[in-house]
Amino acid sequence: MMNGNWMSLRSWLLLAPLLALMTFIIGWPLAKTVAVSFTDAKLLGGDVHWLGLANYQKVLAAPAFYEVVWTTIRFVLISVGAEFLLGLLAALLLDQKFHGRGIVRALMILPWALPTVVNATMWRLIYNPDFGAFNALFTQLGLIDAYRSWLGEPGSALYAICLADVWKNFPLVALIALAALQSVPRELRAAAVIDGAGPWSRFRAVILPYLIGPLTVAVVLRIIEAFKVFDIIWVMTRGGPANSTKTISILVYQQAFSFQQAGLGGSIALIMVLISALLITGYVTILRKQGELK
Amino acid sequence: MERRNPWVSFFVYACALLLALFLLAPILWMLIMSVSSTNDLTTIPLRWIPEQIDFHRYIELLTVAENSAGKAFLASMRNSLAVATMATLGALLVAIPGAWSVSRSPGRQRLALYAVVATYMLPPVALVVPIYFALSALGALNSVFSLAVVYLSILAPFTTWLLKSSFDNIPQEIELAAMIDGARLDQIWRRITLPLTGPALATGGLFAFLLAWDEFFYALLFTADQRAKTLTVAIADLAGGRVSDYGLIATAGVLAALPPVLIGFFLQKSLIAGLTTGGVKG
Repeated sequence: MMNGNWMSLRSWLLLAPLLALMTFIIGWPLAKTVAVSFTDAKLLGGDVHWLGLANYQKVLAAPAFYEVVWTTIRFVLISVGAEFLLGLLAALLLDQKFHGRGIVRALMILPWALPTVVNATMWRLIYNPDFGAFNALFTQLGLIDAYRSWLGEPGSALYAICLADVWKNFPLVALIALAALQSVPRELRAAAVIDGAGPWSRFRAVILPYLIGPLTVAVVLRIIEAFKVFDIIWVMTRGGPANSTKTISILVYQQAFSFQQAGLGGSIALIMVLISALLITGYVTILRKQGELK
Repeated sequence: MERRNPWVSFFVYACALLLALFLLAPILWMLIMSVSSTNDLTTIPLRWIPEQIDFHRYIELLTVAENSAGKAFLASMRNSLAVATMATLGALLVAIPGAWSVSRSPGRQRLALYAVVATYMLPPVALVVPIYFALSALGALNSVFSLAVVYLSILAPFTTWLLKSSFDNIPQEIELAAMIDGARLDQIWRRITLPLTGPALATGGLFAFLLAWDEFFYALLFTADQRAKTLTVAIADLAGGRVSDYGLIATAGVLAALPPVLIGFFLQKSLIAGLTTGGVKG
Protein backbone atom coordinates (compact mmCIF):
# COMPACT_ATOMS: atom_id res chain seq x y z
CA MET A 1 0.00 0.00 0.00
CA MET A 2 1.15 3.51 -0.63
CA ASN A 3 1.22 6.03 2.16
CA GLY A 4 -0.60 9.33 2.28
CA ASN A 5 2.44 11.51 1.71
CA TRP A 6 3.28 9.77 -1.52
CA MET A 7 -0.34 10.03 -2.66
CA SER A 8 -0.36 13.73 -1.96
CA LEU A 9 2.99 14.25 -3.68
CA ARG A 10 1.81 12.22 -6.65
CA SER A 11 -1.36 14.23 -7.05
CA TRP A 12 0.65 17.47 -7.03
CA LEU A 13 2.99 15.99 -9.64
CA LEU A 14 0.04 15.17 -11.87
CA LEU A 15 -1.30 18.69 -11.43
CA ALA A 16 2.11 20.26 -12.01
CA PRO A 17 2.04 20.49 -15.84
CA LEU A 18 -1.26 22.40 -15.73
CA LEU A 19 -0.07 24.73 -12.97
CA ALA A 20 3.26 25.33 -14.71
CA LEU A 21 1.51 26.09 -17.97
CA MET A 22 -0.93 28.47 -16.30
CA THR A 23 1.88 30.28 -14.50
CA PHE A 24 3.69 30.58 -17.80
CA ILE A 25 0.84 31.82 -20.03
CA ILE A 26 -1.47 33.57 -17.55
CA GLY A 27 0.39 34.33 -14.32
CA TRP A 28 3.54 35.75 -15.85
CA PRO A 29 1.81 37.97 -18.47
CA LEU A 30 -0.58 39.27 -15.81
CA ALA A 31 2.31 40.20 -13.49
CA LYS A 32 4.10 41.80 -16.41
CA THR A 33 1.00 43.83 -17.32
CA VAL A 34 0.98 45.18 -13.76
CA ALA A 35 4.64 46.20 -14.14
CA VAL A 36 4.11 47.77 -17.58
CA SER A 37 1.10 49.76 -16.36
CA PHE A 38 3.41 51.85 -14.13
CA THR A 39 5.64 52.83 -17.06
CA ASP A 40 5.52 54.70 -20.35
CA ALA A 41 6.45 51.55 -22.34
CA LYS A 42 5.70 51.74 -26.05
CA LEU A 43 4.63 48.72 -28.05
CA LEU A 44 7.66 48.79 -30.30
CA GLY A 45 10.29 49.25 -27.59
CA GLY A 46 12.48 52.26 -26.83
CA ASP A 47 13.37 53.76 -23.44
CA VAL A 48 11.05 52.84 -20.62
CA HIS A 49 10.53 55.18 -17.65
CA TRP A 50 8.87 54.52 -14.33
CA LEU A 51 5.79 56.71 -14.00
CA GLY A 52 4.30 55.50 -10.74
CA LEU A 53 0.55 55.99 -10.74
CA ALA A 54 0.57 58.59 -13.53
CA ASN A 55 -1.11 56.31 -16.09
CA TYR A 56 -3.92 55.51 -13.68
CA GLN A 57 -4.39 59.17 -12.79
CA LYS A 58 -4.53 60.04 -16.47
CA VAL A 59 -7.12 57.35 -17.22
CA LEU A 60 -9.32 58.10 -14.22
CA ALA A 61 -9.25 61.85 -14.91
CA ALA A 62 -10.40 61.48 -18.51
CA PRO A 63 -14.16 61.92 -19.11
CA ALA A 64 -13.77 59.76 -22.25
CA PHE A 65 -12.89 56.79 -20.03
CA TYR A 66 -16.18 57.03 -18.16
CA GLU A 67 -18.07 57.19 -21.45
CA VAL A 68 -16.41 53.93 -22.48
CA VAL A 69 -17.25 52.34 -19.11
CA TRP A 70 -20.84 53.51 -19.46
CA THR A 71 -21.07 52.07 -22.98
CA THR A 72 -19.78 48.74 -21.65
CA ILE A 73 -22.30 48.74 -18.80
CA ARG A 74 -25.12 49.56 -21.21
CA PHE A 75 -24.06 46.72 -23.49
CA VAL A 76 -23.99 44.29 -20.54
CA LEU A 77 -27.35 45.42 -19.13
CA ILE A 78 -29.23 45.46 -22.43
CA SER A 79 -27.75 42.26 -23.86
CA VAL A 80 -27.76 40.11 -20.76
CA GLY A 81 -31.12 41.51 -19.65
CA ALA A 82 -32.73 40.59 -22.96
CA GLU A 83 -30.95 37.22 -23.04
CA PHE A 84 -32.28 36.44 -19.57
CA LEU A 85 -35.84 37.38 -20.45
CA LEU A 86 -35.92 35.74 -23.87
CA GLY A 87 -34.01 32.69 -22.61
CA LEU A 88 -36.44 32.18 -19.73
CA LEU A 89 -39.48 32.54 -21.99
CA ALA A 90 -38.03 30.16 -24.58
CA ALA A 91 -37.26 27.61 -21.85
CA LEU A 92 -40.79 27.82 -20.44
CA LEU A 93 -42.13 27.31 -23.96
CA LEU A 94 -39.88 24.34 -24.71
CA ASP A 95 -40.92 22.81 -21.39
CA GLN A 96 -44.47 22.49 -22.82
CA LYS A 97 -45.45 19.44 -24.82
CA PHE A 98 -46.02 20.14 -28.52
CA HIS A 99 -45.27 18.52 -31.86
CA GLY A 100 -41.91 19.58 -33.24
CA ARG A 101 -40.49 20.44 -29.83
CA GLY A 102 -37.36 18.39 -30.56
CA ILE A 103 -36.77 20.33 -33.77
CA VAL A 104 -37.08 23.75 -32.12
CA ARG A 105 -34.78 22.54 -29.34
CA ALA A 106 -32.20 21.44 -31.89
CA LEU A 107 -32.52 24.80 -33.69
CA MET A 108 -31.42 26.49 -30.47
CA ILE A 109 -27.98 24.97 -31.06
CA LEU A 110 -27.53 26.94 -34.31
CA PRO A 111 -26.85 30.43 -32.89
CA TRP A 112 -24.76 28.95 -30.09
CA ALA A 113 -22.55 26.99 -32.49
CA LEU A 114 -22.11 29.83 -34.98
CA PRO A 115 -18.66 31.39 -34.39
CA THR A 116 -18.95 34.90 -32.92
CA VAL A 117 -17.11 36.43 -35.87
CA VAL A 118 -19.44 34.73 -38.35
CA ASN A 119 -22.42 35.95 -36.33
CA ALA A 120 -21.09 39.50 -36.38
CA THR A 121 -20.40 39.29 -40.12
CA MET A 122 -23.86 37.89 -40.80
CA TRP A 123 -25.59 40.71 -38.93
CA ARG A 124 -23.34 43.26 -40.57
CA LEU A 125 -24.63 42.05 -43.92
CA ILE A 126 -28.21 42.09 -42.62
CA TYR A 127 -27.82 45.71 -41.39
CA ASN A 128 -26.15 46.85 -44.63
CA PRO A 129 -27.29 50.45 -45.27
CA ASP A 130 -27.64 50.07 -49.05
CA PHE A 131 -28.95 46.57 -49.66
CA GLY A 132 -29.39 44.89 -46.26
CA ALA A 133 -32.25 42.56 -45.43
CA PHE A 134 -33.19 44.52 -42.31
CA ASN A 135 -33.83 47.67 -44.31
CA ALA A 136 -35.62 45.72 -47.04
CA LEU A 137 -37.89 43.91 -44.59
CA PHE A 138 -38.89 46.98 -42.61
CA THR A 139 -39.40 49.10 -45.73
CA GLN A 140 -41.53 46.44 -47.38
CA LEU A 141 -43.59 46.09 -44.20
CA GLY A 142 -44.02 49.86 -44.21
CA LEU A 143 -42.38 50.31 -40.80
CA ILE A 144 -39.69 52.71 -42.06
CA ASP A 145 -39.80 55.18 -44.98
CA ALA A 146 -36.20 55.04 -46.12
CA TYR A 147 -33.16 52.82 -45.77
CA ARG A 148 -31.08 53.65 -42.71
CA SER A 149 -27.52 52.98 -41.67
CA TRP A 150 -28.23 51.03 -38.50
CA LEU A 151 -24.56 50.57 -37.65
CA GLY A 152 -23.54 53.95 -38.99
CA GLU A 153 -25.65 56.12 -36.68
CA PRO A 154 -24.54 56.68 -33.08
CA GLY A 155 -28.15 56.49 -31.95
CA SER A 156 -28.78 52.95 -33.17
CA ALA A 157 -25.40 51.19 -33.50
CA LEU A 158 -25.18 49.84 -29.93
CA TYR A 159 -28.75 48.52 -30.03
CA ALA A 160 -28.12 46.86 -33.39
CA ILE A 161 -25.07 45.10 -31.92
CA CYS A 162 -27.05 44.10 -28.84
CA LEU A 163 -29.69 42.44 -31.02
CA ALA A 164 -26.99 40.41 -32.79
CA ASP A 165 -25.49 39.43 -29.43
CA VAL A 166 -28.87 38.49 -27.96
CA TRP A 167 -29.69 36.33 -30.96
CA LYS A 168 -26.47 34.38 -30.48
CA ASN A 169 -26.51 34.06 -26.70
CA PHE A 170 -30.12 33.74 -25.50
CA PRO A 171 -30.14 30.03 -26.44
CA LEU A 172 -27.38 29.47 -23.88
CA VAL A 173 -29.58 30.85 -21.11
CA ALA A 174 -32.60 29.00 -22.52
CA LEU A 175 -30.89 25.61 -22.69
CA ILE A 176 -29.56 25.89 -19.13
CA ALA A 177 -32.99 27.01 -17.87
CA LEU A 178 -34.68 24.20 -19.81
CA ALA A 179 -32.42 21.57 -18.26
CA ALA A 180 -33.33 22.98 -14.83
CA LEU A 181 -37.07 22.95 -15.63
CA GLN A 182 -36.89 19.33 -16.68
CA SER A 183 -35.23 18.40 -13.41
CA VAL A 184 -38.42 19.34 -11.52
CA PRO A 185 -39.92 16.01 -10.41
CA ARG A 186 -43.16 15.16 -12.21
CA GLU A 187 -44.89 14.12 -8.99
CA LEU A 188 -44.24 17.55 -7.54
CA ARG A 189 -45.90 19.29 -10.47
CA ALA A 190 -48.79 16.87 -10.48
CA ALA A 191 -49.29 17.31 -6.74
CA ALA A 192 -49.41 21.10 -7.13
CA VAL A 193 -52.07 20.78 -9.84
CA ILE A 194 -54.13 18.44 -7.66
CA ASP A 195 -53.82 20.82 -4.74
CA GLY A 196 -55.41 23.42 -6.99
CA ALA A 197 -52.48 25.80 -7.25
CA GLY A 198 -52.84 28.35 -10.06
CA PRO A 199 -50.19 28.77 -12.79
CA TRP A 200 -48.41 31.64 -11.01
CA SER A 201 -48.24 30.01 -7.58
CA ARG A 202 -47.19 26.71 -9.22
CA PHE A 203 -44.35 28.58 -10.95
CA ARG A 204 -43.29 30.37 -7.79
CA ALA A 205 -43.53 27.54 -5.28
CA VAL A 206 -42.70 24.47 -7.37
CA ILE A 207 -40.62 25.47 -10.37
CA LEU A 208 -38.72 28.57 -9.27
CA PRO A 209 -36.67 26.81 -6.55
CA TYR A 210 -35.26 24.45 -9.20
CA LEU A 211 -34.74 27.23 -11.72
CA ILE A 212 -33.11 29.94 -9.71
CA GLY A 213 -29.68 28.34 -9.17
CA PRO A 214 -28.86 27.35 -12.76
CA LEU A 215 -30.36 30.59 -14.07
CA THR A 216 -28.13 32.64 -11.77
CA VAL A 217 -25.11 30.69 -13.00
CA ALA A 218 -26.06 31.35 -16.62
CA VAL A 219 -26.67 35.06 -16.10
CA VAL A 220 -23.48 35.69 -14.12
CA LEU A 221 -21.49 33.75 -16.73
CA ARG A 222 -23.04 35.93 -19.44
CA ILE A 223 -22.27 39.11 -17.47
CA ILE A 224 -18.59 38.09 -17.15
CA GLU A 225 -18.40 37.38 -20.88
CA ALA A 226 -20.36 40.45 -21.98
CA PHE A 227 -18.18 42.70 -19.86
CA LYS A 228 -15.13 41.55 -21.87
CA VAL A 229 -16.89 42.01 -25.22
CA PHE A 230 -14.54 42.62 -28.13
CA ASP A 231 -15.08 40.33 -31.15
CA ILE A 232 -18.65 41.20 -32.13
CA ILE A 233 -18.08 44.94 -31.75
CA TRP A 234 -14.75 44.92 -33.54
CA VAL A 235 -16.21 43.15 -36.57
CA MET A 236 -19.42 45.19 -36.69
CA THR A 237 -18.31 48.76 -35.92
CA ARG A 238 -14.74 48.84 -34.52
CA GLY A 239 -16.12 50.98 -31.69
CA GLY A 240 -17.66 53.62 -33.94
CA PRO A 241 -19.53 55.62 -35.08
CA ALA A 242 -18.35 58.54 -32.95
CA ASN A 243 -17.17 56.07 -30.26
CA SER A 244 -20.79 55.13 -29.59
CA THR A 245 -19.96 51.40 -29.35
CA LYS A 246 -16.49 51.66 -27.84
CA THR A 247 -16.20 49.28 -24.89
CA ILE A 248 -13.29 48.85 -22.45
CA SER A 249 -11.68 45.99 -24.41
CA ILE A 250 -11.79 48.05 -27.60
CA LEU A 251 -10.25 51.01 -25.75
CA VAL A 252 -7.37 48.86 -24.46
CA TYR A 253 -6.78 47.47 -27.95
CA GLN A 254 -6.67 50.96 -29.43
CA GLN A 255 -4.39 52.42 -26.75
CA ALA A 256 -1.95 49.51 -26.72
CA PHE A 257 -1.90 48.49 -30.37
CA SER A 258 -3.25 51.31 -32.55
CA PHE A 259 -1.59 54.12 -30.56
CA GLN A 260 1.29 51.91 -29.31
CA GLN A 261 0.82 53.12 -25.72
CA ALA A 262 1.47 49.78 -24.01
CA GLY A 263 1.81 51.31 -20.54
CA LEU A 264 -1.40 53.32 -20.70
CA GLY A 265 -3.26 50.40 -22.29
CA GLY A 266 -1.98 48.13 -19.52
CA SER A 267 -3.33 50.40 -16.81
CA ILE A 268 -6.81 50.40 -18.38
CA ALA A 269 -6.61 46.61 -18.74
CA LEU A 270 -5.83 46.30 -15.03
CA ILE A 271 -8.76 48.48 -13.99
CA MET A 272 -10.82 46.08 -16.08
CA VAL A 273 -9.23 43.07 -14.36
CA LEU A 274 -10.25 44.46 -10.96
CA ILE A 275 -13.88 44.75 -12.02
CA SER A 276 -13.77 41.29 -13.67
CA ALA A 277 -12.23 39.82 -10.54
CA LEU A 278 -15.23 40.99 -8.52
CA LEU A 279 -17.63 39.37 -10.98
CA ILE A 280 -15.60 36.15 -11.12
CA THR A 281 -15.45 35.94 -7.32
CA GLY A 282 -19.21 36.23 -7.31
CA TYR A 283 -19.47 33.46 -9.89
CA VAL A 284 -17.15 31.06 -8.06
CA THR A 285 -18.97 31.78 -4.79
CA ILE A 286 -22.31 30.90 -6.38
CA LEU A 287 -20.89 27.72 -7.89
CA ARG A 288 -19.42 26.66 -4.56
CA LYS A 289 -22.68 27.32 -2.76
CA GLN A 290 -24.50 25.20 -5.31
CA GLY A 291 -21.97 22.42 -4.89
CA GLU A 292 -20.73 22.49 -8.49
CA LEU A 293 -17.23 22.99 -7.15
CA LYS A 294 -16.89 20.82 -4.10
CA MET B 1 -52.38 14.59 -17.96
CA GLU B 2 -54.65 17.59 -18.05
CA ARG B 3 -56.36 18.39 -21.36
CA ARG B 4 -55.21 21.68 -22.75
CA ASN B 5 -57.56 24.46 -23.64
CA PRO B 6 -57.44 24.87 -27.48
CA TRP B 7 -56.56 28.54 -27.10
CA VAL B 8 -53.56 27.61 -24.95
CA SER B 9 -52.51 25.07 -27.56
CA PHE B 10 -52.82 27.67 -30.28
CA PHE B 11 -50.75 30.10 -28.23
CA VAL B 12 -48.02 27.49 -27.64
CA TYR B 13 -47.77 26.65 -31.34
CA ALA B 14 -47.77 30.31 -32.35
CA CYS B 15 -44.92 31.03 -29.94
CA ALA B 16 -42.98 27.96 -31.10
CA LEU B 17 -43.34 29.06 -34.72
CA LEU B 18 -42.18 32.56 -33.84
CA LEU B 19 -39.18 31.20 -31.95
CA ALA B 20 -38.20 28.86 -34.80
CA LEU B 21 -38.50 31.73 -37.27
CA PHE B 22 -36.35 34.02 -35.14
CA LEU B 23 -33.68 31.31 -34.82
CA LEU B 24 -33.67 30.38 -38.48
CA ALA B 25 -34.24 33.63 -40.39
CA PRO B 26 -30.74 35.16 -40.15
CA ILE B 27 -29.01 31.89 -41.02
CA LEU B 28 -31.43 31.13 -43.83
CA TRP B 29 -30.76 34.58 -45.25
CA MET B 30 -26.99 34.02 -45.07
CA LEU B 31 -27.46 30.75 -46.99
CA ILE B 32 -29.65 32.47 -49.59
CA MET B 33 -27.12 35.28 -50.00
CA SER B 34 -24.37 32.75 -50.62
CA VAL B 35 -26.21 31.29 -53.64
CA SER B 36 -27.82 34.48 -55.03
CA SER B 37 -26.42 36.46 -57.91
CA THR B 38 -24.83 39.80 -57.04
CA ASN B 39 -27.60 41.44 -59.05
CA ASP B 40 -30.32 39.91 -56.90
CA LEU B 41 -28.54 41.08 -53.75
CA THR B 42 -28.17 44.68 -54.89
CA THR B 43 -31.63 45.53 -56.16
CA ILE B 44 -34.25 47.59 -54.40
CA PRO B 45 -36.75 46.23 -53.55
CA LEU B 46 -34.61 43.31 -52.46
CA ARG B 47 -35.24 39.97 -54.15
CA TRP B 48 -35.73 37.46 -51.32
CA ILE B 49 -35.78 34.35 -53.50
CA PRO B 50 -32.92 34.20 -56.02
CA GLU B 51 -33.74 33.98 -59.73
CA GLN B 52 -31.40 31.06 -60.01
CA ILE B 53 -29.25 29.24 -57.56
CA ASP B 54 -25.60 29.79 -58.11
CA PHE B 55 -22.87 27.85 -56.31
CA HIS B 56 -19.92 29.53 -58.00
CA ARG B 57 -18.77 31.25 -54.80
CA TYR B 58 -18.38 27.92 -53.02
CA ILE B 59 -16.22 26.71 -55.89
CA GLU B 60 -14.28 29.97 -55.86
CA LEU B 61 -13.50 29.71 -52.14
CA LEU B 62 -12.65 26.02 -52.22
CA THR B 63 -10.26 25.97 -55.16
CA VAL B 64 -6.71 27.23 -55.18
CA ALA B 65 -5.71 29.59 -57.94
CA GLU B 66 -2.91 32.13 -57.81
CA ASN B 67 -4.01 35.32 -55.96
CA SER B 68 -7.59 34.12 -55.75
CA ALA B 69 -9.88 34.54 -52.79
CA GLY B 70 -9.82 30.75 -52.53
CA LYS B 71 -6.11 30.58 -51.86
CA ALA B 72 -6.27 32.92 -48.88
CA PHE B 73 -9.45 31.33 -47.60
CA LEU B 74 -8.16 27.76 -47.75
CA ALA B 75 -4.88 28.82 -46.14
CA SER B 76 -6.80 30.35 -43.23
CA MET B 77 -8.96 27.27 -42.93
CA ARG B 78 -5.86 25.09 -42.78
CA ASN B 79 -4.34 27.40 -40.14
CA SER B 80 -7.50 27.28 -38.02
CA LEU B 81 -7.54 23.51 -38.25
CA ALA B 82 -3.86 23.27 -37.28
CA VAL B 83 -4.12 25.73 -34.37
CA ALA B 84 -7.32 24.19 -33.00
CA THR B 85 -5.98 20.63 -33.27
CA MET B 86 -2.63 21.41 -31.64
CA ALA B 87 -4.23 23.46 -28.87
CA THR B 88 -6.84 20.76 -28.19
CA LEU B 89 -4.25 17.98 -27.96
CA GLY B 90 -2.03 20.12 -25.75
CA ALA B 91 -4.96 20.98 -23.49
CA LEU B 92 -5.96 17.32 -23.11
CA LEU B 93 -2.37 16.40 -22.34
CA VAL B 94 -2.22 18.64 -19.26
CA ALA B 95 -5.92 18.46 -18.41
CA ILE B 96 -6.22 14.67 -18.07
CA PRO B 97 -3.65 14.21 -15.27
CA GLY B 98 -4.64 17.54 -13.70
CA ALA B 99 -8.36 16.80 -13.67
CA TRP B 100 -7.82 13.27 -12.33
CA SER B 101 -5.59 14.57 -9.58
CA VAL B 102 -8.13 17.20 -8.48
CA SER B 103 -10.97 14.71 -8.69
CA ARG B 104 -9.16 12.14 -6.52
CA SER B 105 -7.66 14.41 -3.88
CA PRO B 106 -9.89 16.50 -1.65
CA GLY B 107 -7.19 18.87 -0.40
CA ARG B 108 -5.52 22.02 -1.62
CA GLN B 109 -5.53 20.74 -5.20
CA ARG B 110 -9.13 21.93 -5.40
CA LEU B 111 -8.11 25.43 -4.39
CA ALA B 112 -5.53 25.31 -7.17
CA LEU B 113 -8.31 24.46 -9.59
CA TYR B 114 -10.45 27.41 -8.42
CA ALA B 115 -7.46 29.64 -9.04
CA VAL B 116 -6.99 28.23 -12.52
CA VAL B 117 -10.67 28.59 -13.40
CA ALA B 118 -10.81 32.12 -12.02
CA THR B 119 -7.75 33.30 -13.93
CA TYR B 120 -8.99 31.90 -17.20
CA MET B 121 -12.09 34.06 -16.98
CA LEU B 122 -9.96 37.22 -16.85
CA PRO B 123 -10.20 39.48 -19.89
CA PRO B 124 -7.54 38.61 -22.51
CA VAL B 125 -6.64 42.30 -22.80
CA ALA B 126 -4.97 41.88 -19.40
CA LEU B 127 -2.45 39.41 -20.85
CA VAL B 128 -2.05 40.45 -24.41
CA VAL B 129 0.65 43.15 -24.22
CA PRO B 130 3.32 41.05 -22.43
CA ILE B 131 2.55 38.03 -24.63
CA TYR B 132 3.01 40.27 -27.66
CA PHE B 133 6.36 41.53 -26.29
CA ALA B 134 7.53 37.98 -25.61
CA LEU B 135 6.49 36.56 -28.99
CA SER B 136 8.00 39.53 -30.76
CA ALA B 137 11.31 39.16 -28.87
CA LEU B 138 11.41 35.45 -29.73
CA GLY B 139 10.56 36.12 -33.36
CA ALA B 140 7.51 33.92 -32.85
CA LEU B 141 4.74 36.23 -34.03
CA ASN B 142 2.70 35.11 -37.03
CA SER B 143 3.15 31.44 -36.19
CA VAL B 144 0.52 28.75 -35.97
CA PHE B 145 2.44 27.03 -33.20
CA SER B 146 2.74 30.13 -30.96
CA LEU B 147 -0.95 30.83 -31.40
CA ALA B 148 -1.75 27.26 -30.29
CA VAL B 149 0.39 27.75 -27.17
CA VAL B 150 -1.42 31.02 -26.37
CA TYR B 151 -4.78 29.25 -26.86
CA LEU B 152 -3.82 26.80 -24.13
CA SER B 153 -4.50 29.64 -21.69
CA ILE B 154 -8.19 29.30 -22.60
CA LEU B 155 -8.43 25.60 -23.47
CA ALA B 156 -6.44 23.96 -20.68
CA PRO B 157 -8.43 25.36 -17.69
CA PHE B 158 -11.72 24.82 -19.45
CA THR B 159 -10.92 21.20 -20.35
CA THR B 160 -9.59 20.45 -16.87
CA TRP B 161 -12.77 21.67 -15.26
CA LEU B 162 -14.98 19.77 -17.67
CA LEU B 163 -12.98 16.52 -17.26
CA LYS B 164 -12.86 16.79 -13.49
CA SER B 165 -16.61 16.34 -13.26
CA SER B 166 -16.38 13.31 -15.58
CA PHE B 167 -13.71 11.72 -13.39
CA ASP B 168 -15.91 12.44 -10.37
CA ASN B 169 -18.53 10.17 -11.91
CA ILE B 170 -16.25 7.11 -11.94
CA PRO B 171 -16.50 5.24 -8.65
CA GLN B 172 -13.16 5.52 -6.91
CA GLU B 173 -13.60 1.96 -5.57
CA ILE B 174 -12.83 0.42 -8.97
CA GLU B 175 -9.48 2.18 -9.08
CA LEU B 176 -8.76 1.36 -5.43
CA ALA B 177 -9.50 -2.34 -6.00
CA ALA B 178 -7.05 -2.44 -8.89
CA MET B 179 -4.50 -0.60 -6.80
CA ILE B 180 -4.81 -3.17 -4.00
CA ASP B 181 -4.28 -5.88 -6.61
CA GLY B 182 -0.95 -4.20 -7.27
CA ALA B 183 -1.70 -2.34 -10.51
CA ARG B 184 0.48 0.68 -11.22
CA LEU B 185 -1.11 4.07 -11.89
CA ASP B 186 -0.38 3.95 -15.61
CA GLN B 187 -2.04 0.52 -15.82
CA ILE B 188 -5.08 1.73 -13.91
CA TRP B 189 -5.40 4.68 -16.25
CA ARG B 190 -4.99 2.66 -19.42
CA ARG B 191 -7.22 -0.23 -18.39
CA ILE B 192 -9.89 1.45 -16.26
CA THR B 193 -10.04 5.23 -16.00
CA LEU B 194 -9.48 6.32 -19.60
CA PRO B 195 -11.73 3.68 -21.20
CA LEU B 196 -14.51 4.58 -18.77
CA THR B 197 -14.17 8.30 -19.49
CA GLY B 198 -13.63 7.83 -23.24
CA PRO B 199 -16.84 9.56 -24.36
CA ALA B 200 -16.29 12.41 -21.89
CA LEU B 201 -12.73 12.88 -23.18
CA ALA B 202 -14.05 13.08 -26.74
CA THR B 203 -16.71 15.60 -25.68
CA GLY B 204 -14.15 17.68 -23.82
CA GLY B 205 -11.86 17.62 -26.83
CA LEU B 206 -14.64 18.75 -29.17
CA PHE B 207 -15.63 21.61 -26.86
CA ALA B 208 -12.00 22.68 -26.67
CA PHE B 209 -11.75 22.51 -30.46
CA LEU B 210 -14.82 24.76 -30.79
CA LEU B 211 -13.32 27.32 -28.41
CA ALA B 212 -10.12 27.44 -30.46
CA TRP B 213 -12.01 27.56 -33.78
CA ASP B 214 -14.00 30.58 -32.55
CA GLU B 215 -11.09 32.54 -31.10
CA PHE B 216 -10.52 35.92 -32.67
CA PHE B 217 -8.77 38.40 -30.36
CA TYR B 218 -5.35 36.73 -30.03
CA ALA B 219 -5.41 35.64 -33.67
CA LEU B 220 -6.10 39.22 -34.77
CA LEU B 221 -3.09 40.51 -32.84
CA PHE B 222 -0.55 37.73 -33.31
CA THR B 223 -0.99 36.79 -36.97
CA ALA B 224 -0.21 38.85 -40.03
CA ASP B 225 -0.48 36.85 -43.24
CA GLN B 226 -1.43 33.57 -44.87
CA ARG B 227 1.21 31.65 -42.94
CA ALA B 228 -0.78 31.96 -39.69
CA LYS B 229 -4.00 33.96 -40.17
CA THR B 230 -6.96 31.96 -38.92
CA LEU B 231 -10.42 31.71 -40.39
CA THR B 232 -11.99 34.19 -37.96
CA VAL B 233 -9.42 36.83 -38.91
CA ALA B 234 -9.85 36.09 -42.62
CA ILE B 235 -13.63 36.53 -42.32
CA ALA B 236 -13.28 39.75 -40.34
CA ASP B 237 -10.96 40.99 -43.11
CA LEU B 238 -13.56 40.11 -45.73
CA ALA B 239 -16.38 41.76 -43.76
CA GLY B 240 -14.43 44.95 -43.11
CA GLY B 241 -12.56 45.07 -46.41
CA ARG B 242 -13.35 46.33 -49.86
CA VAL B 243 -15.14 43.19 -51.00
CA SER B 244 -18.24 44.34 -52.82
CA ASP B 245 -19.69 40.88 -53.38
CA TYR B 246 -21.83 40.40 -50.26
CA GLY B 247 -22.58 36.86 -51.37
CA LEU B 248 -18.90 35.95 -51.13
CA ILE B 249 -18.75 37.17 -47.50
CA ALA B 250 -21.87 35.12 -46.74
CA THR B 251 -20.32 32.04 -48.38
CA ALA B 252 -17.19 32.36 -46.27
CA GLY B 253 -19.42 32.64 -43.20
CA VAL B 254 -21.38 29.51 -44.11
CA LEU B 255 -18.20 27.50 -44.68
CA ALA B 256 -16.64 28.68 -41.41
CA ALA B 257 -19.82 27.91 -39.48
CA LEU B 258 -20.28 24.43 -40.92
CA PRO B 259 -17.79 22.47 -38.76
CA PRO B 260 -18.88 24.01 -35.42
CA VAL B 261 -22.57 23.66 -36.25
CA LEU B 262 -22.08 19.96 -37.05
CA ILE B 263 -20.09 19.49 -33.84
CA GLY B 264 -22.79 21.44 -31.97
CA PHE B 265 -25.55 19.07 -33.11
CA PHE B 266 -23.34 16.13 -32.27
CA LEU B 267 -22.76 17.51 -28.77
CA GLN B 268 -26.42 18.32 -28.15
CA LYS B 269 -26.76 15.83 -25.29
CA SER B 270 -23.69 16.95 -23.36
CA LEU B 271 -24.19 20.63 -24.12
CA ILE B 272 -25.41 21.68 -20.68
CA ALA B 273 -22.28 20.51 -18.85
CA GLY B 274 -20.14 22.40 -21.33
CA LEU B 275 -22.27 25.53 -21.21
CA THR B 276 -22.15 25.96 -17.46
CA THR B 277 -18.40 25.40 -17.56
CA GLY B 278 -18.10 28.51 -19.70
CA GLY B 279 -17.86 26.74 -23.04
CA VAL B 280 -18.85 29.88 -24.85
CA LYS B 281 -16.98 33.05 -25.57
CA GLY B 282 -19.04 36.19 -26.11
